Amino acid sequence: MKIAIASGKGGTGKTTLATALAQAATEPIQLLDCDVEEPNAHIFMKPQLTEREAVTIAIPVLDTDRCTNCGKCGELCQFNAIVTIADQTMIFSDLCHSCGGCILVCPEKALQEQPKTIGYIDTGHSQSLNGDTITFVKGTLNIGEAMAPPVIKQVKKMVDPNQLTILDCPPGTSCPMITAITGSDFVLLVTEPTPFGLHDLKLAVETLRLMDIPFAVVVNRAGCGDNRVDDYCSDEQIPLLLQIKDDRRVATAYSRAEGLLTALPEMVTELRALLGRIDNCVAAAQRSLS
Amino acid sequence: MKEIVIISGKGGTGKTSITAAFAALSTQAVFADCDVDAADMHLLLAPLSQQSYPFISGNIARIDAQNCTGCDTCNSLCRFDAVRPGSPYTIIPSSCEGCGVCVHFCPEKTIEFPPQRCGQWYQSETRFGSMVHAALDIGAENSGKLVSLVRQEARNLAEKHQRELILIDGPPGIGCPVIAATTGANAVLVITEPTCSGKHDLLRVLELTNHFDIPAYICVNKWDINPDMTEEIKTAAQEKGATFVGTIPYDEQITTAQIEGKTIVEWGDTIAANAIKKIWNSFCEQLDLPQ
Repeated sequence: MKIAIASGKGGTGKTTLATALAQAATEPIQLLDCDVEEPNAHIFMKPQLTEREAVTIAIPVLDTDRCTNCGKCGELCQFNAIVTIADQTMIFSDLCHSCGGCILVCPEKALQEQPKTIGYIDTGHSQSLNGDTITFVKGTLNIGEAMAPPVIKQVKKMVDPNQLTILDCPPGTSCPMITAITGSDFVLLVTEPTPFGLHDLKLAVETLRLMDIPFAVVVNRAGCGDNRVDDYCSDEQIPLLLQIKDDRRVATAYSRAEGLLTALPEMVTELRALLGRIDNCVAAAQRSLS
Repeated sequence: MKEIVIISGKGGTGKTSITAAFAALSTQAVFADCDVDAADMHLLLAPLSQQSYPFISGNIARIDAQNCTGCDTCNSLCRFDAVRPGSPYTIIPSSCEGCGVCVHFCPEKTIEFPPQRCGQWYQSETRFGSMVHAALDIGAENSGKLVSLVRQEARNLAEKHQRELILIDGPPGIGCPVIAATTGANAVLVITEPTCSGKHDLLRVLELTNHFDIPAYICVNKWDINPDMTEEIKTAAQEKGATFVGTIPYDEQITTAQIEGKTIVEWGDTIAANAIKKIWNSFCEQLDLPQ
């Protein structure tokens, strides 16, 4: 089962929840950090990273001897990554989305694909409170690269369908977040009880409804704001599965790279119960499909 | 005209609350919310009037079921897993990259490629001045292009109203929207927090601003949660060439003000409001901005 932890608004506690769930799990699991622009889960899990592989995308290179500057590649390219002006064809690899169209359309076979490194994947291990193995995977986008989704997709290739997998997702509701949550069995949306939290939660809810993935809400820093998130969830019949109280001890522990369960060890019971409730939600969603 | 972008790397460090407070303190600025997939600044600046425009960007594939023979060409060529085989084949809109490869190579020419509406952008009047903001449609692509559009419209507006400053609330992260929001700006102000994650993300953002050669200033919000880490961050940021402009203490009143739809500097003489005013003044002085 794949559980994605997402949010809409940044800084609501996705990584706090994802790492605490991983530590609370009572079976060997995987934790995938899909927030490749700013990956943070390793700061709390302190995994032993043993392997690193590059993430590459395929970009075209031009054989100028073969190129007749017919311009067909540039006509097909939707991203202005190949342009023919007069008798010169130029490639702007930063704009390339690696769709492969130019390679296919070139009548002279003057274009070939070459890998370009845009990030890397680290894998390693950590341990849960019970001593079970947590397989840890982290994706990192290289500085100056614009496109996070190929790195996120590569992280997700490490998913083992036989294990419980927790995905720590990027904030927002656009391409990186959608790439990260696609294919998940369940999404936990972490929010905070503030106007910003509520506004961005609504956007995330609409996204998940469009994608038809079952989801529930977790309220972090409960008590710091107002009741509008609770009211919204009850009006929309969205399960609110967990509240993490607003507690300066959590913030202080977090600042020192200590997780939720270091600050509030008693929460382990609730987190294990949460994993059980998600199991039930997913089973119910699957029953309603069949 | 100067463009200042407030970013953070890590989300939730206080970008929007602080940008909105700067908006309240400024007298010569136009505001732009470039966090287009989770735009929140309008919640504090509460537009009095608003004009909206569609944001059309790129195209999206759509298979005309009638002529689809199920030959699988589209599916075998699509690199974005956006084709769902079946009878007929369909395109998964949230996965379609808009590359047009399937459209071009479909032997039946039965894939349409209409322009795609990806969101809306707004030009608003607020109690502090004019503002440009946007909302990306649910599941839509091209957030980087919408960010660029919001910036351009803010520039047009500033020119029209002869404003000398554009204050931009930026997106989190270091990817496409951040690059679109910051390249070519006069300076960025990075709002961070005194946590290991805050520091980690700040250093990545400073590598980005160095990469694009944008002068960077930093400010630590909620500094008193971990004073040692605040010092550590200050040193690390200065080593990366950033200028430290100050700290803001943890202040529950920021949330209270937000619930009331007010910026913290309007809400009262709170500890955070006073710190933000000081930072604004010193920032304006250092950058020679109109206050």
